[in-house]
Amino acid sequence: MSTRHLRSAAASLLAVALLATACSAGSGSGTGATGSGGAGADDSVTVGLVAEPASLDFGSTDGAAIPQALLYNVYEGLVKLDQDGKIVPGLATSWEVSDDRKTYTFKLVDKAKFTNGQPFTATDAAYSINRVKKDWTVSLKAAMDVVQSAEAVDPTTLKVTLSRPSNDWLFRMTTRIGAMMSESAVSTIATKPVGTGPYTFQTWKRGDSITFSRNESYWGTKPHFKTVTLKYFKDPTALNNALLTRTINVIGTVQAPESLKQFEGNDKYQVIEGTTNGEVVLSFNNSRKPLSDKKVRQAVRYAIDHKALLDTCWAGRGKLIGSMVPPTDPWYEDLTGMYPYDQAKAKTLLKEAGAEGATLRLRIPTLPYAVACGTVVKSQLEQAGLKVQLDQLEFPAAWLSTVFTNADYDMSIVAHVEPRDIGAVFGNPKYYIRYDSKPMQDALAKADAGTEQDQVTEMKTAARTVSEDAASDFLFLLPNLVVADKGITGLPKNAIAESFDLSTLGRS
Amino acid sequence: MGLRILIRTGVLLVSLAVSSVVVFALMAVLPGDPARVALGVNASPEAVAELRNRFGLDRPLVEQYLSWVGGLVRFDFGTSYVSNAPIGPQISDRFQVSLWLVGAAMVIAAVIALPLGTVMAVQHRRLSGVVLSALSQVGVAVPAFLAGILLITLFAVRLGWLPANGWTPPAQDPVMFLKQLVLPALSLGLVQGAVLTRYVRSAVLDVMREDYVRTARAKGLRPMQALRRHGIRNAAVPVLTVLALQLVTLLIGAIVVERVFVVPGLGSLLLDAVSNRDLILVQDVVMLLVLAVLVVNFLVDLLYLVVDPRMRTASR
Repeated sequence: MSTRHLRSAAASLLAVALLATACSAGSGSGTGATGSGGAGADDSVTVGLVAEPASLDFGSTDGAAIPQALLYNVYEGLVKLDQDGKIVPGLATSWEVSDDRKTYTFKLVDKAKFTNGQPFTATDAAYSINRVKKDWTVSLKAAMDVVQSAEAVDPTTLKVTLSRPSNDWLFRMTTRIGAMMSESAVSTIATKPVGTGPYTFQTWKRGDSITFSRNESYWGTKPHFKTVTLKYFKDPTALNNALLTRTINVIGTVQAPESLKQFEGNDKYQVIEGTTNGEVVLSFNNSRKPLSDKKVRQAVRYAIDHKALLDTCWAGRGKLIGSMVPPTDPWYEDLTGMYPYDQAKAKTLLKEAGAEGATLRLRIPTLPYAVACGTVVKSQLEQAGLKVQLDQLEFPAAWLSTVFTNADYDMSIVAHVEPRDIGAVFGNPKYYIRYDSKPMQDALAKADAGTEQDQVTEMKTAARTVSEDAASDFLFLLPNLVVADKGITGLPKNAIAESFDLSTLGRS
Repeated sequence: MGLRILIRTGVLLVSLAVSSVVVFALMAVLPGDPARVALGVNASPEAVAELRNRFGLDRPLVEQYLSWVGGLVRFDFGTSYVSNAPIGPQISDRFQVSLWLVGAAMVIAAVIALPLGTVMAVQHRRLSGVVLSALSQVGVAVPAFLAGILLITLFAVRLGWLPANGWTPPAQDPVMFLKQLVLPALSLGLVQGAVLTRYVRSAVLDVMREDYVRTARAKGLRPMQALRRHGIRNAAVPVLTVLALQLVTLLIGAIVVERVFVVPGLGSLLLDAVSNRDLILVQDVVMLLVLAVLVVNFLVDLLYLVVDPRMRTASR
């Protein structure tokens, strides 16, 4: 290398420095670092989220990210779940249930249209329901098995006949399986979803973002924003930084609750705290010694100081729950008093069961809440005289095969985020918790078949049974934490539906 | 020289074939079932079996291997298990992003390391040389992601000069592209630059202790002059080797920085694919990296011949 080369090297260095200053000059004033598709323009909003969909077809790919983006925004169902957990009209204006509770007759809105121009009719509704039964591959489709037939009576009347009465079916129609689709568009829905919702799907930049535009021919109240972008960030710090530098306007779900401090007390931002369906469960393998012994399970529940645990592992955000029911379900009861923190009692129970010093394998998925809570659970149980072997398993693949499929574990920690999932988790003896209880299964069956009042009574029994039996321990309910620019309005407080509902977003 | 290139090409092809077997075998023993991951919890065993059938996972391993390699040879990268989309375009999108990032980082690293390393070597007995050397040690010790977080905190969050993260293709908005490139490229480039500086310093020091440089000095040339006339080419050989190694490390090693800066590069594609057990995609990306390593090494071998005439003679 000659001096000439050295000199040119120095020149390039200078050029880089100049470039950096030039860039800074451009973005230093007012608007902040906003780029194309960034936050800023008045008729657009950018929401930062964590998990990006793997595909856009929730009929063939599982994962919460797809309905989070598409449901209620691009796709609508006949019914939807409101912020208080109530089933309210969607594309159906009203519905009647027959006396034997097996026939549902839905009256449909008459001016809804798919974004490909096709009108929405009862024929499409029947097609969508039948398609779930016929073409879907994800396990959730099982909720549609109870449907015997779905047929269009006239363009705005749909009749659905069930093989047995099921309260749960109507509720499931508020989730992704109830999404109404057009037969003329389904062949390309994995890349170009078409629904009747307030937004039209525009683009999906894989690894980056999904963009919607306002559906100008929407049958209901048209949304405020012309363009909505969902931008995906795997790293929670990057997500926070994006809001701080105005790349996005909203953090849809805060993944690191300890990072909220930087937004609270800053009058540029609003922090919204609501609830979710995500019960963080310390699951027990009920089929395997020593946790097949009820006394040992009870001892574990007594040995855990839930308040201290929540403070340590989730910055005190969230709600303590005593069973598998979030407060937004109609049959919620506060059962946190059933197993108050009592190390002495835990030790006595362990002694009675002859399980003092027993080793429990706590095999947790590599997810933030599980990793944070795993060490706390371990230390609390060790104080009560148990030995805990803590293993972290890669999520989802390794955890799914070891814990979920093969039930090769004693305890695990996982958030069960599906709505109304007490039945799926504790009503099926083959589920990884391996909890087999006749009273529980009976209560669930009665709740599904009875009137709405029966449902509430029986579900309360189910929740109490699971808790009393200590089929698992319930660490806490994940909070819904949203941070947004001050002027953004209409943000959903609770995340209890499968959707991140963008239809009410506005700017004051 | 022609024969040499021919042999090298042969070695390259054999290495590719061997690594394809290794990569495929590794994926085959990786725990976790792609069909199970795609279908999620609650999936019935029948549904999982059906999807395994659709993915072709129930075929004998040899058959799976042959159909994958057969596709690669015809530039058909296959279809992703997870998104059902063809893999080729995905990889090419991500690869372009990574190339920009790695290219910019290498330029920054070289711009820092070549002059600084040389100065450090020439002045290694003086205070300035010692101070620079200590500074470069600090640079080596700082991981790139930490540099990234510090740069974001300072330039994006505090000063608001540059975006904290994101990526815009240059064709779409060149100004935004440059703004978003600066910080990630710097965090990679500064750290790689510090590493490279150490190598440049020792390479130059070695050369300066050689007899021919001492002779040049005895003839009355000053240290820099002696180095320029007689040293640079000799020092360039080990530096080139390190540069090539760094280039390849960066291509995939940028993964953490990609995450911190939300850059949709090859590293994050690979990481997602592994966690989704999108095995075909993993195999394709890894093979591409293997190819990159081999090709870079091949090119460096050729470059040696250009830089060092003695190697040309030896090979005849």
